[in-house]
Amino acid sequence: MPTPSPASSPSTVLVARHLTRIFRMGTVEVAALRGVDLDLAAGELVVLLGPSGSGKSTLLNLLGGLDAPTEGEIRFHGEPLTGAGERALDRYRREHVGFVFQFYNLIPSLTARENVALVTEIARDPMTPEEALEMVHLGARLDHFPAQLSGGEQQRVAIARAIAKRPELLLCDEPTGALDRDTGIVVLEAILRVNRELGTTTALITHNAVIADVADRVLHFADGQIVDSRTNAARCSPAELVW
Amino acid sequence: MTSLDRKLLRELWRLRAQVLAIALVIASGNALLIMALTTIEALEETTVAYYERSRFGEVFAEVTRAPEALSRELAEIPGVQRVSTRILEGALLDLPNFAEPVVGRLVSLPAHGADAMNALTLRSGRLADPDRPDETVIGEAFAEAHGLEPGDRFDAVLRGRRRTLQVVGTALSPEFVYAIAPGGLMPDDARFGVLWLGREALAAVFDLDGAFNAVSLTLTAGADARDVVARLDARLAPYGGTGAYPRADQVSNWFLQNEIAQQKNMAHLLPSVFLAVSAFLTHLVMGRMIDTERREIGLLKAFGYSRLAIAWHYVKLVLVIGGLGVVIGALIGAWLGHWNTRLYAEFYRFPFLLYRPGPESFLLATLVSLGAALAGALWAVRRAAALPPAEAMLPPSPPIYRRSRLSRSALARHLDEPTRMIARRLLRWPLRALLASAGLAMSVAVLVMALQWLDAVDSLVDSVFVQGQHQDATLAFHDLTPLGELAGVERLPGVLAAEPLRAVPARLHHGHLSEREAITGLSLDAVLSPVADAEGRPVPVPPDGLLVSRQLAGMLEVAAGDVLIVEVLEGRRPRLALPVVRLFDTDVGKPAYLALDALNRRMGDGRVMRGAQVVVDPTRRAELLAELKTLPAVSGVQFRQAAIDTFHATLGQTLFIFVGFFVGFAAVLSVGVTYNAIRIALAERARELATLRVLGFSRWEISYILLGEVGLLTWLAIPLGCLLGFALAWYLSSAFATELFRVPLVITDATYARAALITLATAGACAAVVRRRLDRLDLIAVLKTRE
Repeated sequence: MPTPSPASSPSTVLVARHLTRIFRMGTVEVAALRGVDLDLAAGELVVLLGPSGSGKSTLLNLLGGLDAPTEGEIRFHGEPLTGAGERALDRYRREHVGFVFQFYNLIPSLTARENVALVTEIARDPMTPEEALEMVHLGARLDHFPAQLSGGEQQRVAIARAIAKRPELLLCDEPTGALDRDTGIVVLEAILRVNRELGTTTALITHNAVIADVADRVLHFADGQIVDSRTNAARCSPAELVW
Repeated sequence: MTSLDRKLLRELWRLRAQVLAIALVIASGNALLIMALTTIEALEETTVAYYERSRFGEVFAEVTRAPEALSRELAEIPGVQRVSTRILEGALLDLPNFAEPVVGRLVSLPAHGADAMNALTLRSGRLADPDRPDETVIGEAFAEAHGLEPGDRFDAVLRGRRRTLQVVGTALSPEFVYAIAPGGLMPDDARFGVLWLGREALAAVFDLDGAFNAVSLTLTAGADARDVVARLDARLAPYGGTGAYPRADQVSNWFLQNEIAQQKNMAHLLPSVFLAVSAFLTHLVMGRMIDTERREIGLLKAFGYSRLAIAWHYVKLVLVIGGLGVVIGALIGAWLGHWNTRLYAEFYRFPFLLYRPGPESFLLATLVSLGAALAGALWAVRRAAALPPAEAMLPPSPPIYRRSRLSRSALARHLDEPTRMIARRLLRWPLRALLASAGLAMSVAVLVMALQWLDAVDSLVDSVFVQGQHQDATLAFHDLTPLGELAGVERLPGVLAAEPLRAVPARLHHGHLSEREAITGLSLDAVLSPVADAEGRPVPVPPDGLLVSRQLAGMLEVAAGDVLIVEVLEGRRPRLALPVVRLFDTDVGKPAYLALDALNRRMGDGRVMRGAQVVVDPTRRAELLAELKTLPAVSGVQFRQAAIDTFHATLGQTLFIFVGFFVGFAAVLSVGVTYNAIRIALAERARELATLRVLGFSRWEISYILLGEVGLLTWLAIPLGCLLGFALAWYLSSAFATELFRVPLVITDATYARAALITLATAGACAAVVRRRLDRLDLIAVLKTRE
């Protein structure tokens, strides 16, 4: 059963209610989300678990303002995202949200520093690219192009790029999905460090159940709904994970 | 159909807009090539057939008066097949409802029968009755210009005697395919007409009973025309021969052959521009396609398809694109060729037009066009064939960028990241950027080349008629006239000023080189029609010695200080050794000048003139025209304004159509390059752009990154295109230069600006079309998949 968090408190960053997303493929309608309720508290790290097609990514896209729900409502600090115009969504993403993707999506023609600068140039109160890269322990590889970096390093540049604007919300879609364990752990550590030191509310999608142990809260998805929610009493450190 | 072919068709359909853009560029090159080839074929075939059927003469000569009996002697010159003597004279015609006197060329009707040389083709009515001296057959173009039909009458002043002539027929002649008045630059059918009259009638008027003053010859196969000309000159000299000339120098034929030669030049140059760009475009599109299909190629190879099969698959794709272009090009080309040939038929009067393009032109154009497309795709196809299957199955490694010295420079530090992305991509694939820029530059160049024709004509008219000439009309006299008579000319109604003029036909020799060219005598204080150079600056005529145009000097290989042997072909036919004192540039003809006094002194026939330049009071123009029609001494009149008008009317209408075509073709080039460049950039960067959108960049900001690159290349293309356009125009103007006139290389700033604006506008339109695809960029789908 979906278990919404207690009603919005002042520390609640994002509130989603009755989110439904239906995709029409020709004459077939597929409901990717069916009435999901979710609250994200400030500084909270939430892991979304579930099989492929269970609706995790759809939810993340809605939270990040990349897509609009068919029904339901999302509020960010009380301001509705649903129904906001394209310009408002551009601004929302630009100022408040950081994204990390499974395949890094770095710009190959820009160095690590410049990939981060891409975001800091348009953000309101960013850290410097150097600071952001230092946070993910890449201070020594500032001037390398993506092609000169390993997969884990590329993902850490992507994290640095996502957090350089000091976002309130960090959305990570399978950030370790393309990485081996050791590298994955380094990346997770970077995410946790950001979450801890900057207090960034973080939502992380994974199909790797082991990772759930690092979260404050774990949401299980199946068939477009949250079927289970559990709160970890104590968060593991990534180094303790085994997969 | 194999599944591979089905894939091919789907690929073509998916890329249809790009395929069409390339096909149109190929079609443009193909069409231009076919137009030129079929026009050349039609003109050459028509000319040969017409000359043969009408038994057009091969050597021509004019004399003052030679006895008919001489013709038998001429027939015995080795190499001569047949001799036809005749009478050629000038007259002023007075046409009802046409104020100006018209210059008439009178020709005695050729003898009847199958033997007749320079046979007329009757277009209406009948030939003149030899017993009826007032009957005349007139040239069709002249008849059309004045609406004359058989039965109409008009007056002519023949040797001072006014006669009323009756039109009995209209005709075409191989001698006047291009009917141009002596001294004219363009045919002016309203002011120049050819009239054929019975030989007896002309002989009676011009006192040539039992005599002739012109002859034309046909030669036996293999005869050397130059040898015949030399022997003919020797025989005719005692009778006032003004120098025989071969068919190649016959005015009408000379223009015609010149036109064919220009078409041949065009057939080489312009299609190459388009085909080079189409090669680049197939290179671009096939390269991208093979990049995106690496996995499929690997898979096919893993299934056991051979390298050859893979290569053939992609070659077929190019052949379909090329084939589409060839078919469209052939249709447009055939239509343009027909249109172009018909346009020629308006200036060049043929009784028939053989537009029967043979398969050779089309075959050649097809081979060249497909060859260009395939050459462009060669590299990409080889890459596809060589791709090892295992590697092909892996995703491509991200392109490797490096920090160049340029990106470390102080300037680069001030760039924002989107601009840096644009710059890095350009530096990462400099060859591709260069080729794209060169493709756009070709479009600018074709525009500059086409638009500069208008500048050139304006400049030619300006330097020749406006800067160089101040007279309103030039009068020609039948006979040498004492300079004292100039006062008489000044007394004509409306004449405000007059200046004498004399030109003598001559053959100029320098070493083994010789050229036929008149020596024009001008008074030293000439103000009405002084010698002016190509820039319109006056050039003083030296008091003694020759002022020679650079064109003629080049042909005779003389420089200032050299001595020319001038063999005068009139009067006492003196042979003069004259120093070349000065050379000058001119766009028209290859003239040589001598001070009038010096010319008269050396000719030894007194202080005389052969014509006069006059300034006319515009309010009394009609009065003067009426008077001129009655003057027996005047054999011809040329009006400056009429020459300017004809020049503009004749060139203007065709030039505008041609310029229009080229603007269209250039737009096709620029669309082909821009559209493909942006589509490929979009395909390559969709993921990058979607990422930026997710990072919070707006649509316009990512549009900047996508289009900025093409925009930058377009800006680079403009100066490059202007340079190329200048080179192209320079090449064309030198390739199209004739003895009669050189189209000056004049390109105004406005022309460069227009070319740049047209290219920017088409590139902008293309960019706007592709940019709309950015609005539909599927952020989620792009991000979920690995490239």
